[in-house]
Amino acid sequence: MKTPDLLELATRNLRESKLRNSLTTVGISVGVASLVSMLSLGIGLQRMISSRLERVGFNLLTVAPRSNRPPMGANDTLPSQSGEERPLDENARREIEKLPGVAEAYPDMRFNGQVAYNTVKFNHNVVAVPDSVRSSDDFNNVRGSFFSSPAAHEVLLEKSVAAELLGKQGPGKNRPLENAALNAEALAKDLVGHELDLSYIERKDAPDQKDGYSVVPGEVKLKIVGVADIDVQARYGDFRGGIFIPLPMAETLHVLQPGDLRPKAVPSYNFLIVRATTSGQVQKVEDAVKKMGFNVQSIQDVMRSLKQGFAIFDMLLGVFGSLALTVASIGIVNTLVMAILERRREIGIMKAIGASDADVKRVFFAEAGAMGVVGGAIGVALGWLIGRIINFGTNVYLERQGASHVEIWYVSWWLVAGAILFSLGVSLAAGWYPASRASRLDPVEALRYQ
Amino acid sequence: MTPTPPAVHIENLTRHFPMGTSTVRAVDGISLSVAAGDFVALLGPSGSGKSSLLNLIAGLDRPTGGSVVVHGKDLAQLSRNDLAAYRLRTAGMVFQSFNLIPTMNLLENVELPMRFAEVDRSERQSLARQALERVGLGGRIDHRPTQLSGGEQQRVAIARALINKPKLLLADEPTGNLDSRTGAEILKIIGECRTSLGMTIIMVTHERALAEQHARRMIFLADGKLTDDKENTPVQ
Repeated sequence: MKTPDLLELATRNLRESKLRNSLTTVGISVGVASLVSMLSLGIGLQRMISSRLERVGFNLLTVAPRSNRPPMGANDTLPSQSGEERPLDENARREIEKLPGVAEAYPDMRFNGQVAYNTVKFNHNVVAVPDSVRSSDDFNNVRGSFFSSPAAHEVLLEKSVAAELLGKQGPGKNRPLENAALNAEALAKDLVGHELDLSYIERKDAPDQKDGYSVVPGEVKLKIVGVADIDVQARYGDFRGGIFIPLPMAETLHVLQPGDLRPKAVPSYNFLIVRATTSGQVQKVEDAVKKMGFNVQSIQDVMRSLKQGFAIFDMLLGVFGSLALTVASIGIVNTLVMAILERRREIGIMKAIGASDADVKRVFFAEAGAMGVVGGAIGVALGWLIGRIINFGTNVYLERQGASHVEIWYVSWWLVAGAILFSLGVSLAAGWYPASRASRLDPVEALRYQ
Repeated sequence: MTPTPPAVHIENLTRHFPMGTSTVRAVDGISLSVAAGDFVALLGPSGSGKSSLLNLIAGLDRPTGGSVVVHGKDLAQLSRNDLAAYRLRTAGMVFQSFNLIPTMNLLENVELPMRFAEVDRSERQSLARQALERVGLGGRIDHRPTQLSGGEQQRVAIARALINKPKLLLADEPTGNLDSRTGAEILKIIGECRTSLGMTIIMVTHERALAEQHARRMIFLADGKLTDDKENTPVQ
């Protein structure tokens, strides 16, 4: 029999016992819906977490010296000779920057400073950023403007810090949850163009003493150029910050860094941040920098173990989702076996007028397949709806808690296609036994059946 | 009679059914030949084995022993698939209870064998329409079988049996469920098919009068054995 004829015959047969076949189809769609909603939530959660991590900079690596222990009395022996514990100095930075796949390498400079604006005064973490962050997600929607030049005495503020400077928000308050309500635009209007005072601890070289220095208070006036709408909660570890200054300018301030307290031959960095040209280069760069004798960490390290965890999580969700589909497939077997009993005579007639075993088998297969595809399609729609509802409910809850909107649910095209194909496959497998049983019916016996 | 090979040649045919500990010999060593274009009536009381014999000739059942050769093909040697093809193209069947599919309309019932023969839809529908017109039901193609009288249903069944132009028409008590007047009409249609399409007809019946009126040869069976075989001049 030709395929269009087969499908026509199958759908006509299915329409004959509407109630039973639609109940079976509903069973399949519930199975598929549970599978789709489970997997879409699993995938959605994974995407949400991944995207939050990626926003931090998927192509960034943090480089640290292999040992943070002070190299006791190691001043005279050149650490680079050992190859294991070489200092993270300017030479190392240049070397790293020359590695293939590296866009730039810059010191990770952050310090605690005191900001003063009008009567408001408080301590906050200050982060020195290179000019390249200008185009990153965090800074491309700055209200006001980015630093006019890398050496400019200018400052950018995260909006909660900006609010605090204006006295609208005090320290110690539950800042992040209220953060979403802050209007960066309005804050920028009040602050941009004004100056603030930044106090810090300065390391001053003592010219009369080799390797010696003194610690003095430093102060600098900085012009506020913009307010950045950064989701501080979404940033991770060292990348968090609230007050941003240009890195080259920051270097001229000679702020005392924690590593400076150790005696050393040449000034070195605590951490370097290395930006790879693309996130695909990160592994290569990581390996190369490790070979140079430094410790390296990237978000990809975190992502790798996270991905493994999610694979297991998705698999478990898939197994639970499939259980319902398995139960539904038993429904198909049941429905079709019943149909054989009912249509026994019809099968006999078809065989008497020339239907082959294969023709009869195919009719039953097509019926199972049609129920599978229709059930699968309805199930995907149903699963989509369930996912939406869970997503909606979660967000209603989160908003009540004061947290921002999240998408914990994601339906991809391959999930839609995969679910329908899987449903078809399961249905065909379920139809196998009834179909082959129908095809083996003895026509004389079947015709005798009333 | 004629020098042409017989349409159906049966040699020492047996069909036994196990029944508990004993065996029912439904067909018990029958040999006969049917010439192409003949109209044969198989007569006998119930249980004489005439339907079993017809099922063997129709390829619906397989013999316990002996052979059925139809137009040179030994049915016992055919695979299940080849036997289905034989039923599709060589032998058309008409039953006592019509055996139309109740969920399909007349046109769909008649075109069903052509679906199995993979005939294109448009050709299939026009052939089925013509066939229904030939049996006088051209105006009711979208009716369902249950909306028809017995005689009309049997006419649809004949149209269906003939749609793939078989060489052999096998009828199992085609008038059994019909009144005598309608029965006579049906047999007239069957007789016309023989003369116009040149097919061989084997009809099982227990109504001797009907057989004498239409058949050209009458074969009598009893207890699975052939008891009499005689020529008949149909009353036209």
